[in-house]
Amino acid sequence: MKTAPKPLLALVATVLLAFGVSQVSDRIDPYYLDVMIGVGINVILAVSLNLVNGYTGQFSLGHAGFMSVGAYLSAAVTLLLGPRLLGEEGGSALQQGLLFLAALAMGGCGAALAGLAVGIPSFRLKGDYLALVTLGFGEIIRVIFQNVEALGGALGLNGIPNYTNVFWVYGFAALTVFTVVCLVRSTYGRGFLATQDDEIAAEAVGIDTTRYKIVAFVVGAFFAGVAGGLYGHFKLTITPTGFDFTKSIEIVVMVILGGMGNTPGVILAAILLTVLPEMLRAVEQYRMVLYSLLLIVLMLVRPKGLFNFDFTAVAARLRWKYLAARK
Amino acid sequence: MTEFLQQLLNGLSLGAIYALIALGYTMVYGVLRFINFAHSDVFMVGAFIGYFAGQHLPHDSVLGGIVALAAAMAGCAVLGILIERVVYRPLRGGPTLNVLITAIGMSLFLEYTGQLVFGATPRPFPSIIPARMISVHGLVISMNQLIVIIVAVLLMVALELAVYRTKIGTAMRAVALNPRAAQLVGINIDVVISFTFGLGSALAGAGGVLYALNYPSIDPLMGVVPGLKAFVAAVLGGVGNIPGAALGALILGMTETFIDGSRWSTYKDAIAFAILIAILLFRPAGLLGRYTTEKV
Repeated sequence: MKTAPKPLLALVATVLLAFGVSQVSDRIDPYYLDVMIGVGINVILAVSLNLVNGYTGQFSLGHAGFMSVGAYLSAAVTLLLGPRLLGEEGGSALQQGLLFLAALAMGGCGAALAGLAVGIPSFRLKGDYLALVTLGFGEIIRVIFQNVEALGGALGLNGIPNYTNVFWVYGFAALTVFTVVCLVRSTYGRGFLATQDDEIAAEAVGIDTTRYKIVAFVVGAFFAGVAGGLYGHFKLTITPTGFDFTKSIEIVVMVILGGMGNTPGVILAAILLTVLPEMLRAVEQYRMVLYSLLLIVLMLVRPKGLFNFDFTAVAARLRWKYLAARK
Repeated sequence: MTEFLQQLLNGLSLGAIYALIALGYTMVYGVLRFINFAHSDVFMVGAFIGYFAGQHLPHDSVLGGIVALAAAMAGCAVLGILIERVVYRPLRGGPTLNVLITAIGMSLFLEYTGQLVFGATPRPFPSIIPARMISVHGLVISMNQLIVIIVAVLLMVALELAVYRTKIGTAMRAVALNPRAAQLVGINIDVVISFTFGLGSALAGAGGVLYALNYPSIDPLMGVVPGLKAFVAAVLGGVGNIPGAALGALILGMTETFIDGSRWSTYKDAIAFAILIAILLFRPAGLLGRYTTEKV
């Protein structure tokens, strides 16, 4: 077992920690809080995409599309159902929390359905063609949102209640990591790796690769939808153009930089790629030029991903050194 | 009827521009098997070269137009070869995804360097060729549209000749068919790949100038949408297949123009992709592509 030895423990610990931090969030500089929430949302997106692109070896370019489905659906739930269920005052914190949870679940399920719709054609396509179909789906979803007047059309939805906080974001980030890690480590989940390793060989030994691909798409899309819901209730306004092709690319870059199928690496890459543009704000003009140059140089210098090393091996070595130093 | 012909003409000129870009995608895919995302930004650079050349050339003259077009093509060819040499060559033989990410990085680099150097505000493109309207039986043909179609057809014929009638073109097809076997019979792959990039980028540069003539304002992000559409066109026709790219581009250009003229116009971008998905589901290798089963 390569990854974290006790996933359930880690999940509970992270959720508790996130709850603790959210209780004292008033004392944290709002700017840092914003960056923290941005990091958490990107971790959810990158880790869920890693299930599709990394572990299952498919190439999806439509993650932003799933994210937008989740964002719109959950925003619709809180905007339309919220006032009716909670009354004018907005209800108690617990009621708001439950409503938000329901909205996120709705968003996730809607996105999962979209994932199913994309996953089904994937059994006939592979590689670049599949990438293009997912890209196409993402764009189609965007254009549809742009045209539906009930969802604000091109202007998007405004006045979404501010429900997202550190607890929700990191709670779901932990849940995403937990689900993906446990899924891939389970007996069932070996099928994802087999599909990625060699599809023909996997089929030859009786693995239903189509089903694994679809499951990967559905689970990945679910969490992308949840991330979209969190994003909507964090930015308080969503527009269709916020979820375009560029956003999908951004998430793919996180996965590849982190190392495909390497969850700890992908988490680190998601953190780095969210914090890096913030740090480059001082040189605002050159920010994106530097970002793109960095991308090219990293691919030339570390083609297997920036954080592609065995984390447990490194941890073991550090522990060994620490023990040796103590003696 | 007139309206139908008018739309047909508009679609033809849009399709011709898509075709010029799509050819570059498809040729590079043919020899290297990767999507050159930076291609759409080479197209943008072509438009900017045309813009700056146009400022120093006499306006409204055919010669000026040709010089601007040639300058853009030459400049883009050099840029394309440089990009391949510096960025893609070190990664050759590595995993496709890495090359893809590098290509995305290169694309972003060109876009944002463009914004830094040229500024993000759109600029009006100089009228480097005589802008005239020709009216035939109520059908209005603008000089620009006509030139777009003529130049595109000429360039595609030239490409066809280059690929099928010259030695380097034969070498290019050999590399596309089987790079290792091509190397074994003494083809210098590096030269062929540089040539492919140069050729494809020159066509994109020409496409950039022609696009700017028809939609007379240019900015550093202008390449993104036409680039994406052109790539869709290349896949539609069967990626790696040169006539296929032209066919796909024409179909896409026509469909978009007709949808633009109907009440579904706001769904234009979605429908281009819907057609793509539908075609890929029924013919996974594209219209003219050959479907190969994987052998073990």
